Amino acid sequence: MKAVLRSRLTPLLALALVMALVPMIAPTSFHLRVAALVWIFALAALGLTILMGYAGQVSLGHAGFLGIGAYAVAIGPARLGLDPILCLVLGAVLAGLVAYGVGRPILKLKGYYLAIATLGFGVIVALVLHSETELTGGPDGMAVSRITLFGWRVTGALNWYWVSAGALLVGALLALNIAASPTGRALRALHDSEVAAAGAGIDVSAKKLAAFVVAAVYAAVAGGLLAAMNGLITPEAASFSHSVELVAMVIIGGLGSVFGTVLGAAFLVVLPQTLTAFQEYEQAVLGLLIMVFMIFLPQGIVPSLRALIEERLP
Amino acid sequence: MSEFLQLAFSGLTVGAIYALIGLGFTLIYNASDVINFAQGDFVMIGGMGTVFLMAAGLPLPVAALIALAAAVLVGLLLHRLAIEPARGASPVTLIMITIGASIFIKGVSQIIFDKQFHSLPAFSGDTPIPVGGATILPQSLWVMGTALALVVALYLFLEHTLVGKAVLATAANRLAAKLVGINVALVLALAFGLSAAIGALAGVVATPITLTRYDIGTLFTLKGFAAAMLGGMGNPVGAVVGGLLIGLIETFAAGYLSSTYKDAVAFLMILLVLLFLPRGLFGSRSVERV
Repeated sequence: MKAVLRSRLTPLLALALVMALVPMIAPTSFHLRVAALVWIFALAALGLTILMGYAGQVSLGHAGFLGIGAYAVAIGPARLGLDPILCLVLGAVLAGLVAYGVGRPILKLKGYYLAIATLGFGVIVALVLHSETELTGGPDGMAVSRITLFGWRVTGALNWYWVSAGALLVGALLALNIAASPTGRALRALHDSEVAAAGAGIDVSAKKLAAFVVAAVYAAVAGGLLAAMNGLITPEAASFSHSVELVAMVIIGGLGSVFGTVLGAAFLVVLPQTLTAFQEYEQAVLGLLIMVFMIFLPQGIVPSLRALIEERLP
Repeated sequence: MSEFLQLAFSGLTVGAIYALIGLGFTLIYNASDVINFAQGDFVMIGGMGTVFLMAAGLPLPVAALIALAAAVLVGLLLHRLAIEPARGASPVTLIMITIGASIFIKGVSQIIFDKQFHSLPAFSGDTPIPVGGATILPQSLWVMGTALALVVALYLFLEHTLVGKAVLATAANRLAAKLVGINVALVLALAFGLSAAIGALAGVVATPITLTRYDIGTLFTLKGFAAAMLGGMGNPVGAVVGGLLIGLIETFAAGYLSSTYKDAVAFLMILLVLLFLPRGLFGSRSVERV
């Protein structure tokens, strides 16, 4: 039983099972859209799981990369006449390059200093998206054309549900593989002690940068999918509060746990939908829940549960 | 020249507000190692509280005093109910707790107050005072004067009273402070209360200029955090200088370059400073011990 809990494939199979079950339980297009949003945000948060959970580096500006990916899919087809799928790839590449350029200097910073530097980066991206009205449509955002996959026009809630679910599964598989790879072990080593990791021959700054770039690519792909699914994108996508939500997803679910990240994303995406009836109280409840989770389950849901189950097992 | 002077005046006014918020950050950080992302919300409570109490018919000083007391209460509750139970948690967890608190405070404020922008009448009129070809609003003098008075008062309190020295001792080494008989729990509560009071007072004097709304705290938090970082986290002088610098930089950038990107300029400056001085302008050049 413990072996099952620790296996790399368990979270993946559990995830696939949930993905297969949701359309049977909740087949309305509203529910499917919400579920697709969960998969997309989980994908973005998975990147942060690699950066924060594995490598122990914080980013308070990650929505900036999400915004880059989203606007690549919006601007490419509308202004340059490029294929949306190509733009999704280009957006991911662009986000990776930006992360490389920005990450090289700022990843030298530690703790709170890294937090303010990444936060500053996110604020700047959001401002550019907000202000370059001719390119981005300004605060009102811009429409995004439909994606065509090999002649198949992706529309409708169910199709988007499967596309986003597929993307998340691939992302989760990659994240789990990274965790088990030498790079993953190096990241965990430098998470515990950078000096010790460097002493053991790990190129600390290169590994940190790699994690940052990978995290940015995850967020950009998620942003591209988000823009294409909604058919509309606003600078709100890159806002500070979005960055905070991504971090909250990672921590609420369980720092470093892939399944936990999906759970955290589900929690933070579904919660506002269920609270729309009490719209006035939405923000207060959200803030309260984040505090309660952080105070009483600082390890996150999944690691805390796993520890509880492993304790009970012989 | 007069344009330069004009920009400098408004830069110093905004900078004085950032300096006070940065000072609040520093107080809490020194006492407890927590970065309080709800710092800007104290400013909002001060401003909004005064606006609504004055609308209820109270005179300005009374309204401001009650709003100040409310902010202090929120600060103490934040410490008692959210920070204290999570003692020993990682920095990221603590950041998230205060961010949660900030979202919570905004959520409750939009229920108690409303979602509109509000202002206060300027304390001593709106007639601009001419200075060297430029003009300065009386309210700007109120803001700068309050900031100066608070900085001096805080300095006197920390350096020349027993309680203040206890705060400094706790900041330097919590365990050692405990060993010499300092009530560390009390000092921590004091830091949160004091920091809330400073933020709220900044909110009261700034509202006639900046206006206020339930969600205005986020921007103040970001700028105050940036001010504290720019000066070097944990250094009160650094926070004040950092705040004034950010206020000046963004006002000059708005005046001479582009007003759309004034926030970007401020953050770009911080990125540059951190690259060359990773511990801020006044941060200690500490050697990392293994």
